[in-house]
Amino acid sequence: MLTVDLQEKLAFNGLKFEEYQKILDMLGREPNDLELALYGVMWSEHCSYKHSKAQLKTLPTQSECVLQGPGENAGIIGIGDGMAAVFKIESHNHPSAIEPYQGAATGVGGIVRDVFTMGARPIALLNSLRFGNLDNEHVRYIFGGVVAGIADYGNCLGIPTVGGETYFNKSYQGNPLVNAMCLGVMPVKEMVTGSASGIGNPVMVVGAATGRDGIKGASFASEELSAESEEKRPSVQVGDPFMEKLLMEACLELIKTGVVVGIQDMGAAGLASSSCEMASRAGTGIELDVALVPAREKEMTPYDFMLSESQERMLVVPKKGCEAKVKEIFDRWGLNAVVVGQVTADGNLTIKEDGVIAARVPAASLADAPVYHPESVRPAYLDAVESFELSQVRIPETDEYNDILIELLASPNLSSKAWVYQQYDHMVRSNTVVLPGSDAAVVRVEGTDRGLAVTTDCNSRFCYLNPYQGTMIAVAEAARNVVCSGGKPLAITDGMNFGNPEKPEIFYQFRESIAGMRAACQALNTPVTGGNVSFYNEHSGQAIYPTPIIGMVGLLENIEDAVTMDFKDEGDLIFLIGETKEELGGSEYLSLIHGLETGQLPELDLNLEKAIQQTVIEAVQQKIIKSAHDCAEGGLAVALAESTMANGLGAEIEIEDGEVRSDAVLFGESQSRIIVTIAGKDLNLFMQICSANTVPVQRIGQVKGDELKINDWINARVELLKLQWQEAIPCIMSQR
Amino acid sequence: MRFGIIVFPGSNCDHDCKYAVEYLGHTAEYLWHADHQDLTDYDCIIIPGGFSYGDYLRAGAIARFANMMEQVRKFAEKSGLVIGICNGFQILLEAGLLPGAMQKNRSLKFQCEYRSMVIENADSPFTNTLDKGEVIQLPIAHGEGNYYIDPEGLSNLEANGQVLLRYTTPTGEVTDRANPNGSVSNIAGICNEERNIFGLMPHPERAVDSRLGNGCVDGRKILESIITYRTEKGGVQC
Repeated sequence: MLTVDLQEKLAFNGLKFEEYQKILDMLGREPNDLELALYGVMWSEHCSYKHSKAQLKTLPTQSECVLQGPGENAGIIGIGDGMAAVFKIESHNHPSAIEPYQGAATGVGGIVRDVFTMGARPIALLNSLRFGNLDNEHVRYIFGGVVAGIADYGNCLGIPTVGGETYFNKSYQGNPLVNAMCLGVMPVKEMVTGSASGIGNPVMVVGAATGRDGIKGASFASEELSAESEEKRPSVQVGDPFMEKLLMEACLELIKTGVVVGIQDMGAAGLASSSCEMASRAGTGIELDVALVPAREKEMTPYDFMLSESQERMLVVPKKGCEAKVKEIFDRWGLNAVVVGQVTADGNLTIKEDGVIAARVPAASLADAPVYHPESVRPAYLDAVESFELSQVRIPETDEYNDILIELLASPNLSSKAWVYQQYDHMVRSNTVVLPGSDAAVVRVEGTDRGLAVTTDCNSRFCYLNPYQGTMIAVAEAARNVVCSGGKPLAITDGMNFGNPEKPEIFYQFRESIAGMRAACQALNTPVTGGNVSFYNEHSGQAIYPTPIIGMVGLLENIEDAVTMDFKDEGDLIFLIGETKEELGGSEYLSLIHGLETGQLPELDLNLEKAIQQTVIEAVQQKIIKSAHDCAEGGLAVALAESTMANGLGAEIEIEDGEVRSDAVLFGESQSRIIVTIAGKDLNLFMQICSANTVPVQRIGQVKGDELKINDWINARVELLKLQWQEAIPCIMSQR
Repeated sequence: MRFGIIVFPGSNCDHDCKYAVEYLGHTAEYLWHADHQDLTDYDCIIIPGGFSYGDYLRAGAIARFANMMEQVRKFAEKSGLVIGICNGFQILLEAGLLPGAMQKNRSLKFQCEYRSMVIENADSPFTNTLDKGEVIQLPIAHGEGNYYIDPEGLSNLEANGQVLLRYTTPTGEVTDRANPNGSVSNIAGICNEERNIFGLMPHPERAVDSRLGNGCVDGRKILESIITYRTEKGGVQC
């Protein structure tokens, strides 16, 4: 019977009536309030992935380098020399929407814990950010707060923030996206997991004390934002990066001792999720007494303890008898380490308060939420997108192109992001090889000559106009960026950000996006090792553009092979690998200059993409590539301009004036194109590599002077372009 | 040559300092903040960058009370070489081992980038392999690097040749635009009157390996100056 009382209880815990009946079936009795609350958070979308699970299962997750695929705190790949790379991306969108500084800061904290909990030393952070348009004062507040929050947290931890992306689009006006990615490294043999095995082993809470902050944060993240969301501010956790730094050092020191059986971060749904996930992975149970958990406040109830999302805490299962060793290490760092319970054989999560049982449910049942297969309907707007005719767009006059290029370079989406990344310490730990601002950042794997190229990419306008192809392009572009920095693409983590999946049009976007990712990851042999799904990114019923962010990691055998986008020397030859077609659909140019966000996306031929990437990889190995840059938003003209900035070296470009309309030549976003420069002496070798891979390539000019000249369309001093490009965001952000 | 690097809770450039010293072929050891170890046997003590004690209260305000800082004071009194980088500089100021104080950057933002600076005085254990007037490039990475000292203190610093580094344009001009944080008189680094204690905001330890960052290796010259000074002093184990 669905009484009013039960109805209210279910609504409070975010459970559906049929979910309640499933709980009754599993338990064979009615759950008490605490038990119901546990199911409520654990079966929230944020913790359970109940709407996405079935789709995620279709993604490729294996390759010769994958050591740990999805299901753990982070994915792991082998990178040679006995070393492994550990990485994952995670969203903190809803908290950042209402409390940008703390929301973004704790997002960084959470993803860092996910990486060091596997035993890896975090060596790099990246952030993929989306905001509304900067002409809105509230958006500027959110943007500034998010960047400061990331900066203060990451900088204090001493982990360099080396890359990411920042885009602005009105679809994010009320619902910004903050996705943080962390990359760590460790010797393969030091890998640990979040598994509570060994009956009788102690269960310890380590790190910060538990307070009432962030209670039900996971549930808050599983609903749409609205005007009332401000009231959910208490659901946002407050971060303490100093505590996290101590926790990280203590945990890494502890893991090195070999006494750890399993360890897990207390992130979303805190003690509830960490305990039941660790038990269910091992097929065991956990019994714990909340009265033993170090508390920040008095009179906390078992409910408060279990659902608190106080930051900087971990759950550790050490070998029995090693409790003193754990305490000794944490003492030295001035941190708590307290035995709160033990691993049991009964498969239950048993929660006691001063020895009295407060809740007892099968741990696996909490981790085993229902799986939904939501309805999917193709959104009607796609008809208009597909029938769009480019011929209705006026082709600019020749003398307009200089101004158009400057307008593009000075737009927030394409302008320099130095205002953002200069607030991040991107060099700490002395491993940063390629600094922020190039195609992918490169960090050295300490103690070796190897490097990891790492990037996050997603063109969400593309994904809105065609979720399938847009996501394929995101994967291909991420791989291309890795290649342009001298790396070989290995694997990805995916940060899926969508609207409400219970709306059929939104679920269509999600399903198509997953299908596109599947196709591209298979073709490029870059499996998915884990990631994050964030649904309900809507404000007042309006969904964000679908934003499947691809975080890719690639390998450089030697960091001396690292490549940047900047032109290096006067006289170097400039080549365009790939083909320019008449493709302006979904382009930045169409959006900024013509106010149109529509049209068919550029084609993507994954075989050609692969061949082009292979060409650059081989040329890099021959050490003949002096610069490489992917043509992305803003097309060829913007890519060339970007390559002139760092060293102030111009270029003289001559492109055949053929079938393709001139604005598409300059600003079209045809895929699988890379601009490279080489010294004249390497011309023959370069052409051989291109023809061996049968890729289209044309010599388009040379590095020359201090002006950028493209046919009779563009003729501008690099200094002027740079000023516009550099000052755009600082100028906007200095207004009140 | 043997360097000691103090590790506070929250230090995070301890690792970079060790890397730089070892890269140049010398030995570096970590020293735990809570210990009382005598430092006599070290050639130089490095107080590294980071966020000691989370920078709570003020950067360096809590670290100055650490046991190890008492040892640093004793070591410096006997003319031992001490270099404080970034947070290390802030700690030296708070400990009263160098004059002046630090404020938040005038931008109120953390800033990380390469910056140019001029060697104002090459006659010190920390700058002897450089030339007076030489312009070098080093990374900065700080939120509180806006050095302040009262006018009288400033004229003392200048008169005694205690200003070792000043932010400039790439061609060596001392301009306001070249000043990244609002430091009085563009000051980037100062030493004490005896010239055995050096505090600076830029990070020489991050500019020793040409394969990293923009390839700049000007930081070597600072560390090499220390090594040269100690070697010429004689009686030093290598």
